[in-house]
Amino acid sequence: MDSANSDRTAPGQHLAPTVARSVKILVVGAFGVGKTTLIGAVSEIDPLRTEERITTASVGIDPGQPNKETTTVAMDFGRITVTDDIALYLFGTPGQRRFWDLWAGLADGAVGALVLIDTRHLEDSFEVLDQLELHTKIPFTVVVNQFPDSPDYPLERVRAALDLLPETPIVECDARDRPSAVLTLITLVEHAMTFPVFQKVNA
Amino acid sequence: MDTEEYRDHPVRSYVLTSGRAHPSRNTLRPETLLRAVESRPVLSTAGRLERELVQLCHGTLALAEVAAYLQLPASLVTVMVSDLVDAGNLTIRSNHQAHVLPGKDILEKILDGLRKL
Ligand SMILES: Nc1nc2c(ncn2[C@@H]2O[C@H](COP(=O)(O)OP(=O)(O)OP(=O)(O)O)[C@@H](O)[C@H]2O)c(=O)[nH]1
Ligand SMILES: [Mg+2]
Repeated sequence: MDSANSDRTAPGQHLAPTVARSVKILVVGAFGVGKTTLIGAVSEIDPLRTEERITTASVGIDPGQPNKETTTVAMDFGRITVTDDIALYLFGTPGQRRFWDLWAGLADGAVGALVLIDTRHLEDSFEVLDQLELHTKIPFTVVVNQFPDSPDYPLERVRAALDLLPETPIVECDARDRPSAVLTLITLVEHAMTFPVFQKVNA
Repeated sequence: MDTEEYRDHPVRSYVLTSGRAHPSRNTLRPETLLRAVESRPVLSTAGRLERELVQLCHGTLALAEVAAYLQLPASLVTVMVSDLVDAGNLTIRSNHQAHVLPGKDILEKILDGLRKL
């Protein structure tokens, strides 16, 4: 938590006094898929991290440390002041639903989720997609993060392999590149606007 | 609005608390915006972490940011924040109820803002 060691009351880290509302988007995906990189590319603050300790009994087994009694799950996040009065938070969390349940209310009220995919390990993404499609109504957009040795699959092939619903957007992205990462957020919010739950005006 | 269906699974707490009721806790989310009440001195019985927390909130910050700066789990900070809201030292800055999804007007403002980045 290096960024936490700087001056804790540095005024630049505070939101502008005009900001009176926050919204959030989740950034989910398998381990090492580029969640923190994407958050860092768009965030106006250095990405921050908070951790929860959990017992493996309640969360299943961490493949890296199968014999540990407790494990630490980190959530990286960043923020963008999108208008004078609205701050958008991006919360990055491992793909499996049992991890996002660790942070009380994390999925609750979210505008949507970016699901980062690494086409070198497509099968790692099946579980998170199942969770999103079967157990939540959160709008999501699939983001294919391009690595140097990623196979050059056309997006429609990835869509078919992931068995996405026809209306689910799928876009390519370089998570290190700000404009590219911002475009994924725009795609997601545009998609969310088609969901009836967001139609109501309640400013 | 369809918030009931949309709502996530019930909140699980991984922190043992003193078992008191915390009426404000249900409205707290990682993105909930907090601000110290400047006119209200922190009780002398408050601990070091509570003081530090209020100190941090002399400008607006989200609960998750407070947790990160204090290097504490968000679940624990939620409990502390809840106590400090009940004690009048912190206010919840966000002007909307928890559980209420942003409306289309808000999404449009977000889109405009993102397109200008
Ligand atoms: N070439 C390339 N490398 C990337 C890209 N995104 C991430 N990486 C690299 O992939 C590695 C993992 O990225 P992270 O952002 O840490 O991934 P993560 O999803 O946060 O990982 P965990 O939090 O461990 O699950 C890092 O070394 C990044 O530099 C990308 O778009 N292109
Ligand atoms: Mg990460």
